[in-house]
Amino acid sequence: MSDGASTLSAAPQPPLVRRSFLLWALAALACALALPHFANAYVTEVATTALLYVVLCLGLNIVVGYAGLLDLGYAAFFAVGAYTTGILTSEFGFNFWLTIPVAMAAACLAGIIIGAPTLRLRSDYLAIVTLGFGEIVRIIARNLDITGGASGLVGIERPEILGFKLMQVQHFYYAFLALALLAVFVCLSVERSRMGRAWFYVRYDEDAAAGIGINRVSAKLQAYMMGAVIASVAGCLYAAKMTAISPESFTFNQSLLILLGVVLGGMGRIPGVVLGAILVALLPEVLRGAGTYRPLVTAVALLAIMLFRPNGLWPDKRG
Amino acid sequence: MALLEVRDLRLSFGGLKVLQDISFSVEKGAINSLIGPNGAGKTSLFNCLTGFYKPKGGSIRLGGRPITGLPPHRITALGLARTFQNIRLFKEMSVLENAMSGQHCRSRHGIVSAILHLPSQRREEDRIRAAGMRWLDFVGIAEHAHRLAGGLSYGDQRRLELARALASTPEIILLDEPAAGLNEREKLDLVHLIRRIRDETGVTVLLIEHDMGLVMQVSEKIVVFDYGQKIADGTPEAVRADPKVIEAYLGTED
Repeated sequence: MSDGASTLSAAPQPPLVRRSFLLWALAALACALALPHFANAYVTEVATTALLYVVLCLGLNIVVGYAGLLDLGYAAFFAVGAYTTGILTSEFGFNFWLTIPVAMAAACLAGIIIGAPTLRLRSDYLAIVTLGFGEIVRIIARNLDITGGASGLVGIERPEILGFKLMQVQHFYYAFLALALLAVFVCLSVERSRMGRAWFYVRYDEDAAAGIGINRVSAKLQAYMMGAVIASVAGCLYAAKMTAISPESFTFNQSLLILLGVVLGGMGRIPGVVLGAILVALLPEVLRGAGTYRPLVTAVALLAIMLFRPNGLWPDKRG
Repeated sequence: MALLEVRDLRLSFGGLKVLQDISFSVEKGAINSLIGPNGAGKTSLFNCLTGFYKPKGGSIRLGGRPITGLPPHRITALGLARTFQNIRLFKEMSVLENAMSGQHCRSRHGIVSAILHLPSQRREEDRIRAAGMRWLDFVGIAEHAHRLAGGLSYGDQRRLELARALASTPEIILLDEPAAGLNEREKLDLVHLIRRIRDETGVTVLLIEHDMGLVMQVSEKIVVFDYGQKIADGTPEAVRADPKVIEAYLGTED
C-alpha cells in the first residue's frame, strides 16, 4: 500500500457534529433553554408541542428518511406508548418511569407483528399496510374497555423526578426538550454507524445492498422497530403531560402531520427534520389570525414549499 | 476439490428454459470466464450463483458447502462477492461509504452499541473505515474517498464496484461484464487489476464477459454458453479452436 493511502486510512471518524455547525446548535439550545423564562404560558405550550413533533419526526425519519420505507400509520406507535402509560398508571398504579420500558417493549412487539410480514414487500404495499395498522390501533382503542373507549383515559399519573412532581407547562417543556435532545443524539449516533449506513444502502439500492451482504429485511425491520420505540417513548411523556388521552389524538391526520414534518424539512437529515417538525407545530398557531381560511392558507404555503423546494427546506446534501 | 462447483443447474421462466443442466467448476486461485452470445443465459446463471434467482434444479457448492437457493446476503457472507453489469453503486453516498458497505457482513455491532458508543463499537468502526480505505487504495481511487460515488468517472465507478466487492473479503469474486463501456486503455488497466486481485489477494475470479479480447487475455479456463447450454469448456486455445464455439459465437463476432 502506498504512503499516501496509509495516512488517509488513519483519518479519524468524523465527529458527531461539525465544528462550524456546533456553534449554531449551541446558540439554538441556549435559546431553547431560556425560552420559558421569557415567554408566556401559551408560547411555552406551543413550543412544547413543537418539541413533541421534533421527537416524533426524528423517529419517523429513521423509517422514511434513512431506510426509505413509507409509513402512513406512525401515530399508532405513538398511541401504543401513550396508552401503555395511561393504562399502567391509572389502572395498575405503576410508576410513570416504569411504564417507559414496557411501552418500548410493546412498540417493538407491534413493530415486529406489522413489520416482519410486510417489510418483504416493496414500499408501496408497506404504505397501505401501515395505513391500515394505524386505523386498527385507533379503532381498537375506541372499542376496548381498558382503553376507556371513545372518551379515552383520564387521571394519568404525573411523573416525579427525585421527589419533584412535573406539573406545570414549563416542567413538561423541559422534559420534552430533554427527550428531543436525546432523540437527536441517538439519531446522530446511529446515522453514522454500521446499521445506519446499512439503511442508506438499502434505501438507495436494495439489490446492490443484498448483493454486498446486507440482510435487507432485517435492516428494514430494525429501522421500523427503532422508529416505533422512539414514538412510543414520546407517547409515554405525552400521556403524562395531558393526563387524559383519547383515540382522536392518534388519527391518520396525526400520522400525516408527522410525515409532513419529515418531508417538509428535508428527509434523511437531522437539522432539516427538526426544522420541519417545528414548522408543522407552529404553522397552525401562526395562521390563527386567518380564521376559517387557515386550512387554505396552510395548504397554499405547503404547496409553495413543495414547488420551490422539492427536496425540503433544508435538504440532505446526498440529494 | 473445486472452490465453486456447479452441477446440473436448471432454470426456467414459465415455459422458457433459460439454463439447461449446466455443470462446471472453478478451482481455487483461478481466473476463469463464462462467455456466450447475448441471451445465452450468462447473467441468469450469475444471478443463480449469487442467490438473486432460485434455480429449478441442480446444485451449487462453494468450498464444498451447498449454497443453492440461499438469499444473496448469506451467499456473500459465505465468501462469494459480485459486481453488477450496469454499475449499481450507492451514488448519493461517499466513495468511502460505498467501499465500507462490503465490510457489513464482516462486522456485528448494532443499534444499541452505536447509541452507547461502546469502545468495541468505535474500534470496529475504525476497522471498517480502514478496510474501506485499503481497498480504495488497492483499486487506485483512494484520493476520491470523500467524493460522492455518483461523481466519479465511469472507469472509476467500475473500480469502486470492485473495491466494494473485495471489501467483503470474498473467496471468489464474480465480475459481470466488467469491461462494458470501457475504452481500450481502461480495458488494459482492468486486465492488470484482475491479475492483481488474484496474485496479491489470492481471491479467485470468475468473469462473465462479452469482450473476447479481454477474456482470451486474462482467463486460464473458459466456459462457453449458447441457448442456455454449455457448448465448450477449456483453455482459451482449445475454446478458440472448437468448431461449435466458432459457429455459435466467434464466427459471427470476429
